[in-house]
Amino acid sequence: MDLFQIIDDIAKVDPEVYDRFDARRAVFRNFLGFGKKVTAAAVPLAVSTLFTKAYGQTATLDATVVATLNLALQLEYLEYYYYDTAINSPGLLNAEQTTAFNTIRNDERLHINTLRGVLGTQAIADPTRAGYDYTTSQNKTRSPLVPAFAALGGTTSPTTGTFTDNTTFLLVAQNFVDTGVRAYKGGAANLINQKDILEAALNIHSVEARHSSRIRSFRRGGIQSATAPKSWITPDETPGALLPNNGVAGSPSQVSPYAAGADATMFPAENNTTQATANVQSLVPSGGSATAGAEAFDEPLDAATVKAIAKNFAANPAALFN
Amino acid sequence: MSSFPPSRPAAPETDTPDLLAPVARRSFLRYSSAGLALGGLYLAGCSKDDTTGPSGGNGALIDVGTGDIGILNYAYALEQLEAAFYTQVVAGAYYAGASAAEKAIFSDLRDHEVIHRDFFKAAITTGRITDALVPDFSNIDFAQRTTTSGKLGVLNAAMAFEDLGVAAYNGAGRFITSAAYLTLAGKIVSVEARHAAVIRELMATNTFVGNDVVNLDSSSTNNGAPGASGAVTGTGLERSKRPQVVLATANNFLMAGSKLSATNFAN
Repeated sequence: MDLFQIIDDIAKVDPEVYDRFDARRAVFRNFLGFGKKVTAAAVPLAVSTLFTKAYGQTATLDATVVATLNLALQLEYLEYYYYDTAINSPGLLNAEQTTAFNTIRNDERLHINTLRGVLGTQAIADPTRAGYDYTTSQNKTRSPLVPAFAALGGTTSPTTGTFTDNTTFLLVAQNFVDTGVRAYKGGAANLINQKDILEAALNIHSVEARHSSRIRSFRRGGIQSATAPKSWITPDETPGALLPNNGVAGSPSQVSPYAAGADATMFPAENNTTQATANVQSLVPSGGSATAGAEAFDEPLDAATVKAIAKNFAANPAALFN
Repeated sequence: MSSFPPSRPAAPETDTPDLLAPVARRSFLRYSSAGLALGGLYLAGCSKDDTTGPSGGNGALIDVGTGDIGILNYAYALEQLEAAFYTQVVAGAYYAGASAAEKAIFSDLRDHEVIHRDFFKAAITTGRITDALVPDFSNIDFAQRTTTSGKLGVLNAAMAFEDLGVAAYNGAGRFITSAAYLTLAGKIVSVEARHAAVIRELMATNTFVGNDVVNLDSSSTNNGAPGASGAVTGTGLERSKRPQVVLATANNFLMAGSKLSATNFAN
């Protein structure tokens, strides 16, 4: 058994293998000296330890990676408790919605578990339901941004209350999930050097987009609605209702799940039709839709703008999304 | 190349799970223990001295190339396939008799995929693969909404393409070195995921995610059961697929001479 042939073979299928073993390839090469001192019988154990270290979850994560994943985790909790509260709100959901939101809620729990597994001890504490105020009153320190949002927990105890209005619930659910999709998309580049973590984040990102599609079809009268069956973000939804930015540095003065982020070139509004330098609406085939160019591409959002949006739903805006 | 999974001669007769018969997630298992790692690597090592050029009697494979351009070509090829499929759908008998909602959906899907295809065509200025991949849709019945016998129905085929597209983009992200290209892929994949969810909803209510495409541990009864949130199992992650795995399926829908390889993007 030639250990170094094996490692080189792994490198062919996993170019980052040396990085996994150590930040510097040269240090890993020093393992050669170590290897000579162990018996052949001990090699499998040594190799096993090596792989555990390389692919386990104990490696030190870059601070940017930690920040990106912890923002994702706070958004997952925001969604999880939102759907969990809805499922436990008597009479809020019909049977079809109950099934759908159970699936979505459970997916968010799995995402929380997965993110916590990657972050280990660096994961934020569970904010619990009490960490969020979905009425946007920030635990009764201001009026709800939209009067109808009072139906998402009430005015007496908004950090524990149940939901009472289906339409408002679906609207905010769509806002949350689309913000989540944009946040993962905007955060992906921060993970580009951590390939396994990047792939996990991408695999959450697409599941969130599936959720968004399902929620949109509820809002648009069902999958067979003849009037508005689209389940993708259409340009008439943008920029959407603008929200205060809660003083988050680097975010626009007003924010929205569908509007542009801090850098409108990097993070354009969802009605954007310019990709790279191409006007993608001009690529629509003959007889095609006037809105397809914007629909065909979703847009990323920067972390500051995501935090500015999400703080509106924190019970204590100083405690979350910092 | 010997490590490239041979194309199956025909699409399966029944339904999508068979069409997308999952290849074992070897890249994960390979690292799950030293023993498995070594076992897997002996297999990998067997092919290392083989020739890398196209061979065999199935016509030459078109390789997507290397680096970021290779991944863009890979995406371009898949978008060519999807665009060709939906263009044929909206010209077919199923579409002519479809509900108003389904007509609107498929018209949008055609538009989106044509845009994606032509965007890549414009964006890949050098080293682009052929613009004229020839699809083989002989195992799709464009007159049938869903599979009834023999050939795939339009919804079944659409679901296969969309779910495959999502898995493909997610599995290709790790090979991208440019942050700009990574973000671009992200802009497209979430739209593909929206498509996939819509098609699955047309097939059956509340199947927008399922254990076939997302790791949910289907043996658990908690997924969908109220009040059992703490006990759900699985990872909740989309089941991403590496390029060579994706192409083994995609090549079933491409004519000889248009079939693809991605030899520089190993499983």
